[in-house]
Amino acid sequence: MEFFLITLLNSLSYGLLLFMLSSGLTLIFSMMGVLNFAHASFYMLGAYFAYQTGMVFGFWPALFLAPILVGVIGAITERYGLRKVHKFGHVAELLFTFGLAYVIEEVVHLIWGRAPVDYRIPESLNFTLFTLFNTQYPAYRAFMMLVSVGMLVSLYLVLTKTRIGLIVQASLTHPEMVQALGHNVPRVFMLVFAGGCALAGLAGVLGGNLFITEPGMAFSVGSIVFVVVVVGGMGSLVGAFIASLLIGSIQTFSVGFDLSFIDLMAGLGVIIDSNSSWYAGLSITISQTAPVLPYLLMVLMLIVRPRGLMGTRET
Amino acid sequence: MERALNKSRLILWSSVALLFVLLPFVFPGGFALSILSQLGIAIIFALSYNMLLGQTGLLSFGHAVYFGLGAFVTAHAINFVEAGVFGLPMSFMPLVGGLAGLVFSLLLGFVTTRRPGTPFAMISLGIAEMVAASALMFTTFFGGEGGIVTNRTAGGVVWGISYGPQIQVYYLIAVWCFISMALMFVITRTPLGRIANAVRDNPERTQFVGYNPTRVRWIMMSLAGFFAGIGGALTTINYEIITAESLGLMASGNVVLMAFIGGIGQFWGPIIGAVLVTFLQSFLSNFTQAWLLYFGLLFLLIILFSPGGISSLITIHAPVWRAGVMKRLLPSYMFALWAGLVTLTGIIGVIELLYRGTLVVGVNVAVTWVFSGLLVLVGAFFLRRAIRAVTQVWEDLTPELARWS
Amino acid sequence: MELGERMNQHALALVDVRKRFGQTEIINGVNLEIVAGERHALIGPNGAGKSTLFNLISGRFPVSSGSIALNGTDITSKEPQVINRLGLSRSFQINNIFPKLSVFENLRCSVLWVLGYRYSFFKRTSALRDAKESAERTLEMIGLENRREKMAGELTYAEQRALEIGITIASGANVILLDEPTAGMSRSETEVAVELISRVTEGKTLLMVEHDMGVVFDLADRISVLVYGEVIASGTPAEIRMSKKVQEAYLGTPIDGDEE
Repeated sequence: MEFFLITLLNSLSYGLLLFMLSSGLTLIFSMMGVLNFAHASFYMLGAYFAYQTGMVFGFWPALFLAPILVGVIGAITERYGLRKVHKFGHVAELLFTFGLAYVIEEVVHLIWGRAPVDYRIPESLNFTLFTLFNTQYPAYRAFMMLVSVGMLVSLYLVLTKTRIGLIVQASLTHPEMVQALGHNVPRVFMLVFAGGCALAGLAGVLGGNLFITEPGMAFSVGSIVFVVVVVGGMGSLVGAFIASLLIGSIQTFSVGFDLSFIDLMAGLGVIIDSNSSWYAGLSITISQTAPVLPYLLMVLMLIVRPRGLMGTRET
Repeated sequence: MERALNKSRLILWSSVALLFVLLPFVFPGGFALSILSQLGIAIIFALSYNMLLGQTGLLSFGHAVYFGLGAFVTAHAINFVEAGVFGLPMSFMPLVGGLAGLVFSLLLGFVTTRRPGTPFAMISLGIAEMVAASALMFTTFFGGEGGIVTNRTAGGVVWGISYGPQIQVYYLIAVWCFISMALMFVITRTPLGRIANAVRDNPERTQFVGYNPTRVRWIMMSLAGFFAGIGGALTTINYEIITAESLGLMASGNVVLMAFIGGIGQFWGPIIGAVLVTFLQSFLSNFTQAWLLYFGLLFLLIILFSPGGISSLITIHAPVWRAGVMKRLLPSYMFALWAGLVTLTGIIGVIELLYRGTLVVGVNVAVTWVFSGLLVLVGAFFLRRAIRAVTQVWEDLTPELARWS
Repeated sequence: MELGERMNQHALALVDVRKRFGQTEIINGVNLEIVAGERHALIGPNGAGKSTLFNLISGRFPVSSGSIALNGTDITSKEPQVINRLGLSRSFQINNIFPKLSVFENLRCSVLWVLGYRYSFFKRTSALRDAKESAERTLEMIGLENRREKMAGELTYAEQRALEIGITIASGANVILLDEPTAGMSRSETEVAVELISRVTEGKTLLMVEHDMGVVFDLADRISVLVYGEVIASGTPAEIRMSKKVQEAYLGTPIDGDEE
């Protein structure tokens, strides 16, 4: 019970973090038709910027500064990169963001080196919020959830209540019409791209110190975010939300199970002889399979329902 | 006319074969030989990748999976041969890798090719991650961190070939590279190859002429997996060790770079890319830690300014060459080359300083900083003008060329 | 007459076909029979559902309910390639060609399946004499011999229109659906197209959507009028001309005049 509750809370905070990434990716994708391969690289930049600015100004200003910086870089990327390759088609756009991810990783190597940097949870949040049974629940996790939910609510408000949000929504489905009405659609695109990148940057600020800030973080998180978007259904915010929580829990829960398949089958009454040729394969524990589970889920989803949970479009 | 075309094609292919035979004599020595061996493998891999991207329009970020799995299966097969489980001459071992690549791409391709376009790209990446993560789980098959070690002389001496000396391995690679190249070229000319092009351009319409585009993609992917597996097998034989790195995301990304830098629009484009990338990797990595960054920047530049890759830069000049007006372009090209070199020197200076500057402190560093920065600014200023000049000459030439064609 | 029996006698038979997109029903219960060998035109005001009906017949969209039979075989909601292999071929209102392949290659790709080459990767395409001859015949028929090696995407609009028809008829399907074959053409181009259509559909069953009433009355043996997703009249051109219902539907616009 104790394990269950704590893990549930952890999966929730991780799932919300994933949603912060996948929502930006989804918005950019449904609006511009571009899958931003460098999205997780902006997440990484967020973490590194927070580390760097945090050293100068402290954590709280960094919480705002880093996402803004990432957003500015996103805007520049859209204006001087993506917009230029747009005329060459989707494959070129995709490859551009792919190449960008490559370059960003190398630039991070260049500036901060290959080893992880010491980006820490701030002292002011480094305490135990409450103790559940015997497990202490860190305040930082709760703070992370708070920021994620706050972000979620403001994103919802911006999209539904403000003028720019309405234009964004309209541009999702009818870009030509919105342009014909006199709105500057390229600028809206740039804003959406920058906004999505800033969200990723914010996720980086929050996730970088909870997990680890290192040059490999972009690729490891990036592919999970893609799984989220495929499982949720490309272009669906609701789908991305459900899938984020789902995959967040799958990853968090599976890491916690130290049972092997042999134990599981023994529980079901099937005893595997240690001389059996299956023994080696089945002695893998569930926690060892944790990195593979999200991808297995994706493959299953593709076989059962290629559109994803909430997907409406085929391509 | 068709006969003349066949004849020139025959001459071309025989010269390629002759080149493969002669290369070790032109570039003797151990280092050259190991580079040449790598080149042959890279060419197979890049061409097999282009069966997906260039010919079928499938942007895969996980092609190394089939390369790597082919390599691992071959490694185990070689070890089985050594243990006497079964016998197979080493010369045919690449077929084992090819078949392994085929089987895995048939299986995984069935899932991934269900959706074209952007989802395919994401899914291929996910599958690649899945296989890479599994590789760390199943240590019996993948050998964990250390990988699987083999012995390429396990097959014994057949027809006087032991595969002990590297030169014999080179010729094994050369032969399989030639066969694979020829087969992949022939496939582009078959009904399947043609329909794959049609599926790339307009999948919906192929349905209305009787084809199932998903099936076409699946078959093309399986064939690409077959050839990638051959490449993988050759890697195993070449290095006698194979690690999980060979099927990882880096390897998959690398082949995307090769194909795209070389150009996906022509059959021979990826060959250029494979050669260039392999060379840069082998040489640049000796000089600088930042070689991956140069690589990424080159890739971005090509996407931004010449999305058809190097091969398209060559083909657009063919009509200019035929019309005999190449000399009109040359002055502006020389100008651009000069400005480009100046900018490049500056950029290299800045990047290298960032990598090393923190280590050496002194006056020289400051001077180099200023100098490099200056070079970048001056170079960029002239480069803009040069690009404008080049565009202008092209605009002047276009109507003339239209008259020629 | 029994339902099954009725479906057997026609090249195409639609029984109570319906299609809903969300809440709106675009096609509400269409019954239509196309006799083998006839040229049948489908007319009706914009938004009547003509293109949607084509998409249902050719398998582009699944039907919501009802059934469609091709030469007596049930093809309801089958995949497009399955329907095509049973002998139905269609063109599109918006040019839907292979833009980066040559004109010749466009046509050759269109006959490969029907000639039985399927997914073959053992034969050289250039050695397939029958595919070459078939593509060349079509090329000549649509009058694009001198564009043979040009990239299809570089053709003029009217030439692409002709190629669109060429791809549709190349396989020799016996039931042909043409969706506004003369859309966007000038008078003289239209005349050439009409002549082309009547030539290439010789001895075949033709169902076409067309807005140009001149073309319709020139080509069609029978006409059906689709209004708001229902067939309100079917008959010979003369019958349709006389029909009160049709005149009402068109709100008094003269049917044989210029209808643009």
